[in-house]
Amino acid sequence: MTIFVIQVLNSFFYAAVLFLIAAGLSLIYGVMRIVNLAHGSLYALGAYVSAWIVGSAVGRAVEGNFGLAGVLLLLPLGAIAVAAVGALIEPTLLRPLYRRSEEYHLLVTFGLLMILEDVMKLLFGRTPLSAGAIMDQMGSIPVGRLIYPTYNLFVVAVGIAAAIGLWAFIYRTKFGVILRATSQDRRMAAALGINVSRVYVQAFAIGCFMAGLGGAVVVPAQAAVLGLGIEVLILAFVVVVIGGLGSLQGALVGALIVAFVRTAGIQFFPEIELAVLYLIAAAVLLVRPTGLFGRA
Amino acid sequence: MTMVMAVPAGTSIWRIIIGSAIVLVILAILPRLVDPYQTVLLTYGLIMAIAALGFNLLLGYTGLLSFGHSAYFGAGAYLVAFIMRDFGAHSMELCIVGGMLGTLIIAAIFGFVCVRHTRIFFGILTLALSQVLWSLAFKFFWVTGGTDGIRVPYANLTLLGGLVDFKGAGSFQRFIYAYYYYVLALFAVSTIIIWVIAHSPFGKALQAIRDNETRARFVGISVRRYRWIAFMISGTFTGLAGILWVPLNGLTTPDILYWPFSGEIVFMTVLGGFRSFTGPIVGAMAFNYLKTYAIASTEYWQLLLGVVLVILVMALPVGIVGTTTRLAAKLGRSTK
Repeated sequence: MTIFVIQVLNSFFYAAVLFLIAAGLSLIYGVMRIVNLAHGSLYALGAYVSAWIVGSAVGRAVEGNFGLAGVLLLLPLGAIAVAAVGALIEPTLLRPLYRRSEEYHLLVTFGLLMILEDVMKLLFGRTPLSAGAIMDQMGSIPVGRLIYPTYNLFVVAVGIAAAIGLWAFIYRTKFGVILRATSQDRRMAAALGINVSRVYVQAFAIGCFMAGLGGAVVVPAQAAVLGLGIEVLILAFVVVVIGGLGSLQGALVGALIVAFVRTAGIQFFPEIELAVLYLIAAAVLLVRPTGLFGRA
Repeated sequence: MTMVMAVPAGTSIWRIIIGSAIVLVILAILPRLVDPYQTVLLTYGLIMAIAALGFNLLLGYTGLLSFGHSAYFGAGAYLVAFIMRDFGAHSMELCIVGGMLGTLIIAAIFGFVCVRHTRIFFGILTLALSQVLWSLAFKFFWVTGGTDGIRVPYANLTLLGGLVDFKGAGSFQRFIYAYYYYVLALFAVSTIIIWVIAHSPFGKALQAIRDNETRARFVGISVRRYRWIAFMISGTFTGLAGILWVPLNGLTTPDILYWPFSGEIVFMTVLGGFRSFTGPIVGAMAFNYLKTYAIASTEYWQLLLGVVLVILVMALPVGIVGTTTRLAAKLGRSTK
């Protein structure tokens, strides 16, 4: 029973991280119809930057709860850095390509992936970076006869907060209305006086911020290593394909499905856990090409 | 889109045959002039050219961008490894037949699923299915060796039904040269087959589907079936490349099934230019040299290749061949 509870908690932790990544990917696709192959690398970049900042701060910070809160507040800096990178990428690399076919979007973001992977190697070296100090400081809580890291629950809370925040942002603010209008009809939005280019930069930066935040929250639990982004991108694809490209609810449900299937898979059928996920994605695409929550 | 494939108006078939014959003669003489290392590089280039040609039947001629062609390349390579290890076969011809049949079956299954979609969904679907194979190769380590892969020693191999074997002293040197001509011959045959397919009524139908699916359907073309057949041919030739690649590399690992490798196949095709028949060949050779020298000269070769790719997409979307053709056309006009 205890094992079961722990596995469920693990699934929620994993779902929270996957949601952060997939929501960004989905948002970018929903607004600008670009499938960003470099999205996983942006997630990895967020992980690296956060780990690096926390790593340099941890030695100097005050001990105790006050210091811990300070370090936790440093984590989102990685996400902000990634958002800044995104705000640079969109006008320079993506804007010239909107009129061209999707093949070129995939290619240019694949080039970007190669560039980002090596830039991370150049900046942060080959040794894995971790912000494990945070996880150690937060301690653990008892679950039945076992203990569970408190930090994982914090990540779940961040995931829930991000989901609610993003939903409120898109469906309850003026900017959200503009974003949805642009996503539905770019030319009409432009004709109504919306500065579409600016909306695109903002949407892309928000998507990148989500990816970076995913990396930032994962790095105290799991070290940032080279190739992290390449691996995670495919899982994020599985999430958005199941949920529906461009749908926020879809990203949430997809993340939960993938997280639970994967946790169960590692427990019961470890050899084919990944294959099962890809097959689920393929099956969903076949039956419902637009995913569970996508619109045509 | 009013792109003219391969045969621009006024180019006679004889010019193409003479041109190809000259290129083939040069390729046949080259190993006598360059050192063995260059010969190996050329062999790799020719192998990748087969992969890219097969791939381009889908991208350039049918208008479908597959981001999962690593599946067929890797399937070919792993099938050779299985045939040699588990069936104790030595004949390369047997490996080729077995490997191509196996790849054809996989491409038929994956293609059957994938051609239900086009554009971005087609890309994602091919990618997801290719990763099924990757995860299997990665996880079933007692069958596939996991990340260690399977060794495929060239010494166990015989060419031409046992006529040429590689035992005894100096065998590696002999293998390099013999294998080069073996690959060259298969490259020539594959190129001719794909050229004929691309210029046959079937190939024209594929191009019609690419340019206007609705009209193609009105004309009575069974769009989905044509796409499926194109997918199978494409996958099988990319599989042949994987089959030829593995004895030269001596080892097959899950890396060639991983999706960034699919990206490389797309990269080389676009580098050469996917709007022309010869583009993928030129692109594969150029990419092969580019990657080899980038890896040799810097630790950050991916960065270099990434920058090349981004510049390519931004500035030269028609690739090397397309750009050269345009320049030549411009020069021709200005001298008149």
